[in-house]
Amino acid sequence: MKNKYSIFSLIKNAFSYHENWEKAWKDPEPKKQYDAIIVGGGGHGLATAYYLAKKHNMKNIAVVEKGWIGGGNTGRNTTIIRSNYLWDASASLYDHALKIWEGLSQELNYNVMFSQRGVMNLAHNLQDVRDLKRRTHANRLNGIDAVYLNTEEVKKFCPIINTSQDIRYPVLGGTLQRRAGTARHDAVAWGYARGADEMGVDIIQNCEVKGIKRNGDKVEGIETTKGFIKTKKIGVVAAGHSSVIANMVGLKLPLESKPLQALVSEPVKPIIDTVVMSNAVHAYVSQSDKGELVIGAGTDDYISYSQKGSHDIVEGTLNAILELYPIFSRMRMLRQWGGIVDICPDASPIISKTSVKGLYFNCGWGTGGFKATPGSGDLFAHTIANDEPHKLNAAFNLNRFVSGDLVDEHGAAAVAH
Amino acid sequence: MFLINCPFCGEREQSEFKAGGEAHIERPKQPTELSDDEWAEFLFMRKNIKGVQFERWNHAHGCRKWFNIARDTSNDQIKAVYKMGEKPPVK
Repeated sequence: MKNKYSIFSLIKNAFSYHENWEKAWKDPEPKKQYDAIIVGGGGHGLATAYYLAKKHNMKNIAVVEKGWIGGGNTGRNTTIIRSNYLWDASASLYDHALKIWEGLSQELNYNVMFSQRGVMNLAHNLQDVRDLKRRTHANRLNGIDAVYLNTEEVKKFCPIINTSQDIRYPVLGGTLQRRAGTARHDAVAWGYARGADEMGVDIIQNCEVKGIKRNGDKVEGIETTKGFIKTKKIGVVAAGHSSVIANMVGLKLPLESKPLQALVSEPVKPIIDTVVMSNAVHAYVSQSDKGELVIGAGTDDYISYSQKGSHDIVEGTLNAILELYPIFSRMRMLRQWGGIVDICPDASPIISKTSVKGLYFNCGWGTGGFKATPGSGDLFAHTIANDEPHKLNAAFNLNRFVSGDLVDEHGAAAVAH
Repeated sequence: MFLINCPFCGEREQSEFKAGGEAHIERPKQPTELSDDEWAEFLFMRKNIKGVQFERWNHAHGCRKWFNIARDTSNDQIKAVYKMGEKPPVK
């Protein structure tokens, strides 16, 4: 049993100069066999293992991660959490996650620094205005909080925005979801890892999957850099590398992996207390608790696994940021990086069984997976444990690309992908 | 960002080009005969290779012609450039 984090444990450990905190998770070598193995130790993978152990009583499970946990896209995103999606299926999926976020720090006994500071999406042309109003109505019909703001209300909510009508893409209005916000991305991975570890899940880092062994149409185990591990159920949550794993069993997925970039500025005093996203000019900005501006750019147009991305994408985003926020003109940028995102043709995720028995995929989150982390883990755990999707992820199956029943969130999801 | 040697214009910055995705996916010869599975395969399923991949590019801000590239997607190095209709280089 792990010690509970509290004000008392903080005081107690202060006496030993914080040098004797117990490890949040063990670093075990893999066993010979598990009831289920999760491939990918990011937020989604760790959440899946956590809910498999907690809600489905599967304790003999492992998470294998080729690097260190939370070192992929979990540590590379801009931490935006919202659920204002257009279609019913997506709205219920993302709002399921948002509801878990609201109690997550208490549940995990780990402060994920979830901050419901609101997310505002801007409209810059008449079509944006129509689309955003339509989405606001759709959200409210689905019980998701959403309001439409006119230009003055946008200015009032976030005073540093340039609402002059003389700029190239003037602000004509926006939508606001007040329950939306941000969370500390690393803490999400660490909190789930600690919780899963406590229930007996083995978190195995530096363990890359090299192959999947199958017997006919069933899986038998995985070949890894730490040897062969036997299992009957494999849940793959490998984000940008999903296709690489799928190709190991000769499956093709409807995915393209592309670099998505983000950057942070030097830290400054509090200047923006919300998250502002702009679809048309492709610039997102919020401020971290350390004071850095966290800026999200767009994806490159070509397939790449290089985790770099092109300079012209960053240049375009910063042009837009400077026009919308002239106050940032002398800010200096501290770091820039890229993550590899797996984009589906309909910009919706896949949480699904496959044609291979015992092989499950949770992928295709594209540019916006972080917000769904708790919900994605919960639903994927349900799918693996019962060999059947939950009703909330039934629409997000692989077969939709055959039946044509797509969940088309391209351009509708309040963000350009 | 990288440079692409357009077979018609010479070396230019990648931002002048539009990526067209995986190459050599042939349009169905008899669309009416296709099953739903075959349509899904043609429209959506992609190899999405980490390593050398054959792909189509269009010189959108130049000659506007299409051509093929063999590129290593793990480090963005271009191995070969060849014209539409030509067979991919063996290695």
